[in-house]
Amino acid sequence: MSAHSTAIGVSPKRGTWGGGNEPFKASYGKIMMWFFLLSDIFTFAAFLITYLSLRVSYPTYAGPENEFLGSNEYWPVPELVFEALPFVHGLHAPLIFVGIMTFVLISSSVTMVLAVEAGHRNDRNDVVKWMLWTLLGGITFLSCQAWEWNHFIHGTESGTVMTYVNSLNRLVTETVFGANLNVNEYGPPAFAQLFFFITGFHGFHVTIGVFLLFLCFYQAAVGVYDKRGHYEMVEKIGLYWHFVDLVWVFVFTLFYLI
Amino acid sequence: MLIQENKSTLEVQPRNEEKVKKIWKTAGILLAITVVEFIMAFTMDRGILLYFLFIALTIWKAKYIMMEFMHLGEEAKPLFFSIIVPLIFLVWLVIALMKEGSEIFLMRW
Repeated sequence: MSAHSTAIGVSPKRGTWGGGNEPFKASYGKIMMWFFLLSDIFTFAAFLITYLSLRVSYPTYAGPENEFLGSNEYWPVPELVFEALPFVHGLHAPLIFVGIMTFVLISSSVTMVLAVEAGHRNDRNDVVKWMLWTLLGGITFLSCQAWEWNHFIHGTESGTVMTYVNSLNRLVTETVFGANLNVNEYGPPAFAQLFFFITGFHGFHVTIGVFLLFLCFYQAAVGVYDKRGHYEMVEKIGLYWHFVDLVWVFVFTLFYLI
Repeated sequence: MLIQENKSTLEVQPRNEEKVKKIWKTAGILLAITVVEFIMAFTMDRGILLYFLFIALTIWKAKYIMMEFMHLGEEAKPLFFSIIVPLIFLVWLVIALMKEGSEIFLMRW
């Protein structure tokens, strides 16, 4: 795979694992990126499986869709919670916005793999072009998520009457607007907590990804990789970026569909 | 002091149209699966069958991303298996915690 390998060659004195070799026929940086991603998969899996487990421990809202009211007695229906669009007030557009976000992230993954392909051909202009598109996709996704969070936190105009234990440890019944870590108008507290932690942790990864993409774009543009003699950094950052997309695919299914 | 000229010493190879075509094809498949999931979310009743289909389709998408976009299939076999085999443990975690969750459901409601 790595056509531009930087291996020193196997020294008989050191053996395969003694250093300076490529035991898996991939460079040190790529192997380490893969194992980092493996560990990150487990972190995200812990989050997502926790979501699934808590999800099945609550009853699902079973009534008619147009009479949906949030309650901490049952789990909310995602298409009734995530149904708003920016700039259009009061329109019922279930899951449309998150569909757009998914489309943006998958598209940026495609442009990333095109950048990697260009890197294999040492084509600086193509790498720069596709990195720029990927960067744009990443920033668009983050902006969408910022809006999504903003909307989720502020909630609807009518809110929901909830009976819950507030932060002063008192049982209160009052109208709740939006969401925080203690209570939310959509469903059980765990719903908003998991939303914040899972999409937040994913968004944090996207943010780091955008920084890395910019770094890679910049270095490719000023010719650092040409001087270095290979475009492997594009491949490594590409692995990370695809991983972010991979996690989003699971977040999308578990959070917005199930 | 020498000012290095920013000139590439690398040879630019021509575009591999076949590879690029394959990338776009994979992108098309990913989008198609997502659209199918979308339609299913609005037309089918919620229940174990739908959840199972969603998870199966998601894993199918994950396979495309890992094999085609991340080129895991082209890595050396030991590397491939050292990434894939640990993930098998997750299958048990899903089963165990789903079971746990439904037991809590029975206790509580």
